[in-house]
Amino acid sequence: MSFVYFIFIPMIVALVIPFLYKKVSGIHTGWFVLVVPVVLFGLYTTLLPMVQKGEAHSSSFDWIPSLDISFISYIDGLSLLFSLLITGIGSLVVLYSIFYLDKTREQLHNFYVYLLLFMTAMLGVVQSDHLISLYFFWELTSISSFLLIGYWYKRDRSRFGALKSMMITVFGGLMMLGGFVLLSIMGDTYSIRELIALAPELANHKWFVWSLVLVLLGAFTKSAQFPFYIWLPDAMEAPTPVSAYLHSATMVKAGLYLVARFTPLYASSEYWIWLVTGIGLLTLFWGSFFALKQTDLKGILAFSTVSQLGLIMSLLGAGAISFHTGVEDNSIFKYAAFAAIFHLVNHATFKGCLFMIAGIIDHETGTRDIRKLGGLMSLMPITFTIALIGSFSMAGLPPFNGFLSKEMFLTGMRSISEFDLFAFDTWGILFPIIAWIASVFTFVYSFYFVFRTFTGKHKPELLPKQAHEAPIGMLISPAILGSLVVAIFFIPNIIGDALVKPAVMAIQPFLYTSTSDIKIHVSAWHGLTPELWMTVGIIVLGYLLYLTLSKWQPLYSKFPEGFSLNRLYDCLMFLSEVGTNRLSRLYMSGYMRSYLVYMFTGIILLTISTVFIQNAFDMSFAMISPIRFYELIIALVLVAGTVTILLAKSRLTSIIALGAVGYTVALFFVIFNAPDLALTQLVIETVSVALFLLAFYHLPKLNRHENRMKFRLGNALVAFGVGVTVTIVALSAHSQKLVPSISSYYEETVYTEAGGGNIVNVILVDYRGFDTLFEIAVLAIASLGIIGMIKLRLTTKKEVNRNEN
Amino acid sequence: MKTNDVILQTTTKLIFFIIILFSIHIFFAGHYAPGGGFVGGLLTASGIVLLLLAYDIKTVSTALPINYTVMTAIGLLVALATAAGSIIFNVPFFTHAFDYFDLPLLGKQSLHTAMLFDTGVYLVVVGVTMTIIQSIGADD
Repeated sequence: MSFVYFIFIPMIVALVIPFLYKKVSGIHTGWFVLVVPVVLFGLYTTLLPMVQKGEAHSSSFDWIPSLDISFISYIDGLSLLFSLLITGIGSLVVLYSIFYLDKTREQLHNFYVYLLLFMTAMLGVVQSDHLISLYFFWELTSISSFLLIGYWYKRDRSRFGALKSMMITVFGGLMMLGGFVLLSIMGDTYSIRELIALAPELANHKWFVWSLVLVLLGAFTKSAQFPFYIWLPDAMEAPTPVSAYLHSATMVKAGLYLVARFTPLYASSEYWIWLVTGIGLLTLFWGSFFALKQTDLKGILAFSTVSQLGLIMSLLGAGAISFHTGVEDNSIFKYAAFAAIFHLVNHATFKGCLFMIAGIIDHETGTRDIRKLGGLMSLMPITFTIALIGSFSMAGLPPFNGFLSKEMFLTGMRSISEFDLFAFDTWGILFPIIAWIASVFTFVYSFYFVFRTFTGKHKPELLPKQAHEAPIGMLISPAILGSLVVAIFFIPNIIGDALVKPAVMAIQPFLYTSTSDIKIHVSAWHGLTPELWMTVGIIVLGYLLYLTLSKWQPLYSKFPEGFSLNRLYDCLMFLSEVGTNRLSRLYMSGYMRSYLVYMFTGIILLTISTVFIQNAFDMSFAMISPIRFYELIIALVLVAGTVTILLAKSRLTSIIALGAVGYTVALFFVIFNAPDLALTQLVIETVSVALFLLAFYHLPKLNRHENRMKFRLGNALVAFGVGVTVTIVALSAHSQKLVPSISSYYEETVYTEAGGGNIVNVILVDYRGFDTLFEIAVLAIASLGIIGMIKLRLTTKKEVNRNEN
Repeated sequence: MKTNDVILQTTTKLIFFIIILFSIHIFFAGHYAPGGGFVGGLLTASGIVLLLLAYDIKTVSTALPINYTVMTAIGLLVALATAAGSIIFNVPFFTHAFDYFDLPLLGKQSLHTAMLFDTGVYLVVVGVTMTIIQSIGADD
């Protein structure tokens, strides 16, 4: 089977969704949509036995063969894991959304079209082996996510959140495209597998680090890492199914996927290890710390997602260290990649479930504000149970799957200081400490989330709706996810063997040849290790902090708003919009004079600098003719005329002086043996002076005051500069003639070839008649334009008519 | 009060034809001596302008019932047709042909397709100049 075509199935189904919505209005459209992810999930599970053997499925079809661009679906352990997550959680989310979104009040066709589009995009991202098609699907996820966040487009916050996420993820996407282009130039291929095979050669390339940083920018913006996480909390304006699907389980993991996918390529670089681990850990701490500041349920979950993504990211970075330690070394870094993937699966289960719980609470009580909630335990017992499971798993408590991955995470971070390359043995000591503190905060916000909502005093007067248990349909999806959370704790090795190990094999191909080489066994009880004591410490300290939460939570409001990253983003947006607006208003003054000054200054600077940089200035008087007496006289008249134009008080004087200049030029033509030019110049000058006089006569009375032209130093300088520039160019050009003139050919052939005697006229009508043809066309257009301007004055006609009436 | 322009009008009647003849001379001489379609056209137009100055627009347009925009169009058409005519004879666009003929009365003369092109230029120049001057003059 060609799995590449299955990527496009959701997109094709999206085409018929609007028709189904309009024609079959009796049934909730979601039921039709539900078929798609379920069928795809079934299809992808058939590949499980294959990837367990360490094999991969590859299929492709050409998109632009001449540019070597094609859609290649390469399914190995990693992409299969993601595909199953996308379709599996996709099915649950669609099921949940059927009960969450109202059939009559919501525009369901929009919702499901965007959602299906997103599904195609995500499947494409995780399965593409081609850099360009990967980027194509990557941007498609950004766009469909933008549409989904802005689903309730009549709300301001929705539109703001959608725009913010679009700006940040598309910025990252473009950076990533740059990285991809560099990669494809370095390796001369677009295929990721071929690039990985070339990795040792690429590592010494001068662009290697550049492409690394650019690709990481893409991954960090998508996966909401520090400092790009700011879009994720604002994306919570989306409908809750969207938040559950995109902003916890799938899209934000696209960055993790990218990091995991490119680990074999970049693992040799210390920048990669430092950046991925460091930023991941920073994000983990930052997100878990600020989650407690939130009062919105989805806000808490958004920061929690940010923090958990940071955790996985740092584990992926630690996993890359295994490239340097090798397989013989029984180091823990081999486990880091396993832990990353394992936690990725766990996070998808418990976070999807928690988001759905938040949606249920919002749906049944009408608010998500944790300050108004409380005491819902007895009213919503099933919801409470599921929320408890999800939160405890998030906090890393047994018997839930979060406990297992949390232990592995602590092991990974603890051993990072043992790594003796790249200064990890000194600075590395910080890693387990930060990880431990972040875990304490994770514990506190998990408790904060579940117990503030469900225990304590019920405040019905604050709730917009009468709280009651959710309909059974809405509870199915979180219940399934919640039972998975528990199930994975008890049977971690089945998941580990079926899903995680093939994925680890894809991340660390330099370590293993087959999946059976990965000798990792997850056990719920791993002995009295330091990690266990760390967990005990987390629970004790976390519980103490939770109990005293009301004492120290107000401290969060002491943090200055002005220095937050959101403020920075807002300032950037403000500057780019208002700042550039002001900037352009500064120089786009609307005065023709300033634009002319810009243009002329540009001409002066460009020409003069070119002449001097190219060393083209040359003044030689070798080819100069002797100056005759007449020429001197006429030149003096010309200068006198020009000066008169500039200094004349009356415009009439200027016009007449202009005529004098024109006739003097005609005289020049006479003494330089150009009779045709002289004739034409005389007649044309007469006509244009007459037209000038006409224009002068029609000047409005008000503007006719006879003032001398105002002196402006800037104008004078620019004018002088242009004069000097043109003179320099003329002198240099005359002094260095590189090719002989073509005119001797005309002289020889004017009679024999063209049958004429007047070279000028013969050139005009015969040698180069083509020019003349279009010059007369120009004249004709000018005359028609004048007719148009004079005869077709619609506005004045109307005014005249009104006056007559 | 209407001024009596009898001297101006009488001289105009005489000079107009001299100007026209001179312009035709300059137009025909163009291929061998200074002149050609452009200057010829301008001179013809200035002759008509002289008429306009001595009489008025209405009188001149009765005497010379010419639509100058049409004249411009015809001029462009003539120029283009001359240039395009060469295609029929399977030579490149804008190839001119000429030969010498012994005409009765005139003796040995050269006939040149460039002259046709120049006629187009002439018509366009007269048409354009007169269009501009008439439309500005007729405007209130």
